[in-house]
Amino acid sequence: MISIPIEHGLYLAAALFLLGLMGVLVRRNLIFMLMSLEIMLNATGLAFIVAGARWGEAEGQIFFMLILTLAAAEAAIGLALILLIYRHFGTLDADRISEMRG
Amino acid sequence: MEITFYIAAFVAVVSTAMVITRLNPVHALLYLIVSLLSVALIFFLLGAPFAAALEVLIYAGAIMVLFVFVVMMLNLGKEAIAQENRWLNPQMWIGPGALSFILLIELIYLLEKESSLLSSAEMVEPQQVGRALFGPYLLAVELAAMLLLAGLVGAYHLGRREQEEGP
Repeated sequence: MISIPIEHGLYLAAALFLLGLMGVLVRRNLIFMLMSLEIMLNATGLAFIVAGARWGEAEGQIFFMLILTLAAAEAAIGLALILLIYRHFGTLDADRISEMRG
Repeated sequence: MEITFYIAAFVAVVSTAMVITRLNPVHALLYLIVSLLSVALIFFLLGAPFAAALEVLIYAGAIMVLFVFVVMMLNLGKEAIAQENRWLNPQMWIGPGALSFILLIELIYLLEKESSLLSSAEMVEPQQVGRALFGPYLLAVELAAMLLLAGLVGAYHLGRREQEEGP
Protein backbone atom coordinates (compact mmCIF):
# COMPACT_ATOMS: atom_id res chain seq x y z
CA MET A 1 0.00 0.00 0.00
CA ILE A 2 1.44 3.31 -0.99
CA SER A 3 0.75 6.58 0.70
CA ILE A 4 1.73 9.65 -1.21
CA PRO A 5 0.59 13.18 -0.39
CA ILE A 6 -2.50 14.19 -2.35
CA GLU A 7 -0.66 17.33 -3.43
CA HIS A 8 1.80 15.33 -5.49
CA GLY A 9 -0.96 13.76 -7.54
CA LEU A 10 -2.50 17.17 -8.04
CA TYR A 11 0.88 18.66 -9.02
CA LEU A 12 1.17 16.03 -11.70
CA ALA A 13 -2.33 16.84 -12.97
CA ALA A 14 -1.52 20.55 -12.96
CA ALA A 15 1.75 20.02 -14.80
CA LEU A 16 0.11 17.88 -17.47
CA PHE A 17 -2.75 20.37 -17.84
CA LEU A 18 -0.38 23.29 -18.26
CA LEU A 19 1.72 21.36 -20.78
CA GLY A 20 -1.45 20.75 -22.78
CA LEU A 21 -2.41 24.42 -22.51
CA MET A 22 1.03 25.39 -23.76
CA GLY A 23 0.61 23.03 -26.69
CA VAL A 24 -2.73 24.57 -27.63
CA LEU A 25 -1.29 28.07 -27.43
CA VAL A 26 1.93 27.46 -29.32
CA ARG A 27 1.27 24.87 -31.99
CA ARG A 28 -0.27 25.97 -35.27
CA ASN A 29 -1.19 22.56 -36.68
CA LEU A 30 -4.76 21.52 -35.92
CA ILE A 31 -3.77 17.89 -35.24
CA PHE A 32 -1.33 18.96 -32.55
CA MET A 33 -3.86 21.33 -31.04
CA LEU A 34 -6.38 18.48 -30.79
CA MET A 35 -3.75 16.25 -29.19
CA SER A 36 -3.01 18.96 -26.64
CA LEU A 37 -6.71 19.15 -25.85
CA GLU A 38 -6.67 15.42 -25.19
CA ILE A 39 -3.73 15.93 -22.82
CA MET A 40 -5.72 18.57 -20.94
CA LEU A 41 -8.78 16.32 -20.63
CA ASN A 42 -6.60 13.47 -19.43
CA ALA A 43 -5.04 15.70 -16.76
CA THR A 44 -8.51 16.65 -15.57
CA GLY A 45 -9.41 12.99 -15.27
CA LEU A 46 -6.23 12.39 -13.30
CA ALA A 47 -7.25 15.09 -10.84
CA PHE A 48 -10.64 13.39 -10.39
CA ILE A 49 -9.01 10.00 -9.80
CA VAL A 50 -6.60 11.47 -7.26
CA ALA A 51 -9.45 13.09 -5.35
CA GLY A 52 -11.51 9.90 -5.53
CA ALA A 53 -8.60 7.86 -4.16
CA ARG A 54 -8.04 10.34 -1.35
CA TRP A 55 -11.51 9.84 0.05
CA GLY A 56 -11.96 6.25 -1.11
CA GLU A 57 -15.07 7.07 -3.10
CA ALA A 58 -16.22 5.73 -6.46
CA GLU A 59 -17.32 9.16 -7.69
CA GLY A 60 -13.86 10.05 -8.91
CA GLN A 61 -13.81 7.10 -11.28
CA ILE A 62 -17.36 7.84 -12.44
CA PHE A 63 -16.45 11.37 -13.39
CA PHE A 64 -13.30 10.10 -15.05
CA MET A 65 -15.52 7.85 -17.15
CA LEU A 66 -17.73 10.78 -18.14
CA ILE A 67 -14.62 12.76 -19.13
CA LEU A 68 -13.47 9.76 -21.16
CA THR A 69 -16.80 9.73 -23.01
CA LEU A 70 -16.48 13.44 -23.66
CA ALA A 71 -12.93 12.98 -24.93
CA ALA A 72 -14.00 10.20 -27.29
CA ALA A 73 -16.85 12.25 -28.76
CA GLU A 74 -14.62 15.31 -29.01
CA ALA A 75 -11.88 13.37 -30.78
CA ALA A 76 -14.35 11.89 -33.29
CA ILE A 77 -15.93 15.24 -34.13
CA GLY A 78 -12.62 17.08 -34.10
CA LEU A 79 -10.94 14.61 -36.41
CA ALA A 80 -13.92 14.68 -38.80
CA LEU A 81 -13.68 18.48 -38.84
CA ILE A 82 -9.94 18.24 -39.49
CA LEU A 83 -10.55 15.96 -42.45
CA LEU A 84 -13.14 18.40 -43.79
CA ILE A 85 -10.84 21.39 -43.33
CA TYR A 86 -7.96 19.59 -44.99
CA ARG A 87 -10.14 18.63 -47.94
CA HIS A 88 -11.43 22.17 -48.24
CA PHE A 89 -8.31 24.26 -47.66
CA GLY A 90 -5.50 21.82 -48.34
CA THR A 91 -3.71 22.86 -45.17
CA LEU A 92 -4.00 22.47 -41.41
CA ASP A 93 -2.34 25.76 -40.53
CA ALA A 94 -4.64 27.41 -37.99
CA ASP A 95 -3.52 30.89 -39.05
CA ARG A 96 -4.15 30.38 -42.73
CA ILE A 97 -7.68 29.08 -42.20
CA SER A 98 -8.70 31.69 -39.65
CA GLU A 99 -10.76 33.75 -42.05
CA MET A 100 -13.92 31.60 -41.90
CA ARG A 101 -15.25 32.48 -45.31
CA GLY A 102 -16.83 29.14 -46.03
CA MET B 1 6.25 1.65 -2.97
CA GLU B 2 6.07 5.41 -3.33
CA ILE B 3 8.97 5.56 -5.76
CA THR B 4 6.91 3.90 -8.50
CA PHE B 5 4.49 6.81 -8.45
CA TYR B 6 7.27 9.35 -8.88
CA ILE B 7 8.92 7.40 -11.68
CA ALA B 8 5.61 7.11 -13.53
CA ALA B 9 4.91 10.81 -12.95
CA PHE B 10 8.33 11.71 -14.34
CA VAL B 11 7.74 9.55 -17.43
CA ALA B 12 4.32 11.16 -17.92
CA VAL B 13 5.64 14.72 -17.74
CA VAL B 14 8.64 14.05 -19.99
CA SER B 15 6.64 12.22 -22.63
CA THR B 16 3.95 14.92 -22.60
CA ALA B 17 6.62 17.55 -23.07
CA MET B 18 7.87 15.53 -26.02
CA VAL B 19 4.34 15.39 -27.48
CA ILE B 20 4.02 19.14 -27.72
CA THR B 21 7.47 19.65 -29.21
CA ARG B 22 7.61 16.96 -31.91
CA LEU B 23 7.37 18.00 -35.55
CA ASN B 24 6.21 14.69 -36.95
CA PRO B 25 2.60 13.89 -35.94
CA VAL B 26 3.28 10.15 -35.68
CA HIS B 27 6.20 10.64 -33.28
CA ALA B 28 4.01 12.91 -31.16
CA LEU B 29 1.27 10.26 -31.12
CA LEU B 30 3.69 7.58 -29.95
CA TYR B 31 4.86 9.81 -27.11
CA LEU B 32 1.25 10.57 -26.26
CA ILE B 33 0.56 6.84 -25.97
CA VAL B 34 3.53 6.49 -23.60
CA SER B 35 2.16 9.37 -21.54
CA LEU B 36 -1.30 7.80 -21.34
CA LEU B 37 0.15 4.44 -20.33
CA SER B 38 2.14 6.01 -17.52
CA VAL B 39 -0.99 7.83 -16.33
CA ALA B 40 -2.77 4.46 -16.39
CA LEU B 41 -0.02 3.04 -14.18
CA ILE B 42 -0.58 5.94 -11.77
CA PHE B 43 -4.31 5.16 -11.70
CA PHE B 44 -3.48 1.59 -10.82
CA LEU B 45 -1.19 2.71 -8.01
CA LEU B 46 -3.88 5.00 -6.65
CA GLY B 47 -6.26 2.07 -6.24
CA ALA B 48 -8.39 2.65 -9.32
CA PRO B 49 -7.80 -0.47 -11.46
CA PHE B 50 -11.00 0.00 -13.45
CA ALA B 51 -10.01 3.51 -14.51
CA ALA B 52 -6.55 2.22 -15.42
CA ALA B 53 -8.03 -0.44 -17.68
CA LEU B 54 -10.33 2.13 -19.31
CA GLU B 55 -7.41 4.49 -19.84
CA VAL B 56 -5.43 1.82 -21.67
CA LEU B 57 -8.38 0.50 -23.66
CA ILE B 58 -10.19 3.67 -24.66
CA TYR B 59 -7.56 6.41 -24.56
CA ALA B 60 -4.39 4.63 -25.57
CA GLY B 61 -6.25 2.12 -27.72
CA ALA B 62 -9.29 3.56 -29.40
CA ILE B 63 -8.72 7.32 -29.50
CA MET B 64 -5.06 7.10 -30.46
CA VAL B 65 -5.83 4.63 -33.24
CA LEU B 66 -8.37 7.16 -34.52
CA PHE B 67 -5.64 9.80 -34.55
CA VAL B 68 -3.24 7.46 -36.36
CA PHE B 69 -5.88 6.73 -39.02
CA VAL B 70 -6.52 10.40 -39.60
CA VAL B 71 -2.81 11.19 -39.83
CA MET B 72 -2.49 8.39 -42.39
CA MET B 73 -5.46 9.71 -44.38
CA LEU B 74 -4.17 13.26 -44.40
CA ASN B 75 -0.79 12.09 -45.66
CA LEU B 76 1.02 15.11 -44.24
CA GLY B 77 4.39 15.18 -45.88
CA LYS B 78 7.66 17.01 -45.41
CA GLU B 79 5.97 20.28 -46.23
CA ALA B 80 3.83 20.23 -43.09
CA ILE B 81 6.88 19.39 -40.97
CA ALA B 82 8.82 22.29 -42.47
CA GLN B 83 5.86 24.57 -41.86
CA GLU B 84 5.64 23.58 -38.20
CA ASN B 85 9.39 23.99 -37.93
CA ARG B 86 9.10 27.59 -39.06
CA TRP B 87 6.51 28.20 -36.37
CA LEU B 88 8.26 26.31 -33.64
CA ASN B 89 11.20 28.59 -33.02
CA PRO B 90 12.11 28.97 -29.35
CA GLN B 91 10.86 32.57 -29.29
CA MET B 92 7.30 31.32 -29.61
CA TRP B 93 7.65 29.23 -26.47
CA ILE B 94 8.84 31.92 -24.10
CA GLY B 95 5.48 33.60 -23.51
CA PRO B 96 3.21 30.57 -22.97
CA GLY B 97 5.97 28.66 -21.20
CA ALA B 98 6.62 31.43 -18.70
CA LEU B 99 2.92 32.02 -18.06
CA SER B 100 2.23 28.30 -17.60
CA PHE B 101 5.17 28.02 -15.24
CA ILE B 102 3.85 30.93 -13.17
CA LEU B 103 0.48 29.17 -12.96
CA LEU B 104 2.16 25.93 -11.90
CA ILE B 105 4.13 27.68 -9.15
CA GLU B 106 0.93 29.34 -7.96
CA LEU B 107 -0.90 26.01 -7.87
CA ILE B 108 1.94 24.36 -5.97
CA TYR B 109 1.92 27.22 -3.48
CA LEU B 110 -1.83 26.95 -2.97
CA LEU B 111 -1.69 23.18 -2.57
CA GLU B 112 1.24 23.29 -0.17
CA LYS B 113 -0.64 25.39 2.35
CA GLU B 114 -2.74 22.43 3.40
CA SER B 115 -1.21 19.00 3.67
CA SER B 116 -2.77 15.56 3.86
CA LEU B 117 -1.83 12.03 2.96
CA LEU B 118 -3.35 10.15 0.07
CA SER B 119 -3.99 6.80 1.67
CA SER B 120 -5.00 4.38 -1.02
CA ALA B 121 -5.29 1.58 1.53
CA GLU B 122 -8.86 1.02 0.46
CA MET B 123 -9.03 0.17 -3.21
CA VAL B 124 -12.12 1.33 -5.05
CA GLU B 125 -13.32 -1.87 -6.66
CA PRO B 126 -14.87 -1.96 -10.13
CA GLN B 127 -17.98 -3.46 -8.55
CA GLN B 128 -18.37 -0.40 -6.35
CA VAL B 129 -17.98 1.89 -9.36
CA GLY B 130 -20.54 -0.02 -11.38
CA ARG B 131 -23.04 0.01 -8.55
CA ALA B 132 -22.74 3.78 -8.20
CA LEU B 133 -22.78 4.25 -11.97
CA PHE B 134 -26.09 2.50 -12.46
CA GLY B 135 -27.57 3.75 -9.21
CA PRO B 136 -27.43 7.47 -8.47
CA TYR B 137 -25.64 8.34 -11.73
CA LEU B 138 -27.97 6.61 -14.16
CA LEU B 139 -29.03 9.87 -15.75
CA ALA B 140 -25.39 10.75 -16.42
CA VAL B 141 -24.93 7.39 -18.16
CA GLU B 142 -27.95 8.11 -20.36
CA LEU B 143 -26.61 11.55 -21.20
CA ALA B 144 -23.22 10.07 -22.07
CA ALA B 145 -24.94 7.59 -24.38
CA MET B 146 -26.80 10.44 -26.12
CA LEU B 147 -23.53 12.37 -26.44
CA LEU B 148 -21.82 9.40 -28.05
CA LEU B 149 -24.71 8.92 -30.47
CA ALA B 150 -24.60 12.60 -31.39
CA GLY B 151 -20.84 12.33 -31.86
CA LEU B 152 -21.26 9.30 -34.09
CA VAL B 153 -23.87 10.95 -36.29
CA GLY B 154 -21.94 14.22 -36.42
CA ALA B 155 -18.66 12.56 -37.31
CA TYR B 156 -20.35 10.51 -40.03
CA HIS B 157 -22.02 13.56 -41.48
CA LEU B 158 -18.85 15.66 -41.44
CA GLY B 159 -16.57 12.93 -42.72
CA ARG B 160 -18.80 11.91 -45.62
CA ARG B 161 -17.61 12.89 -49.07
CA GLU B 162 -19.89 15.25 -50.97
CA GLN B 163 -22.25 13.52 -53.36
CA GLU B 164 -20.87 13.55 -56.88
CA GLU B 165 -22.99 15.55 -59.31
CA GLY B 166 -24.77 12.92 -61.36
CA PRO B 167 -25.41 13.29 -65.09
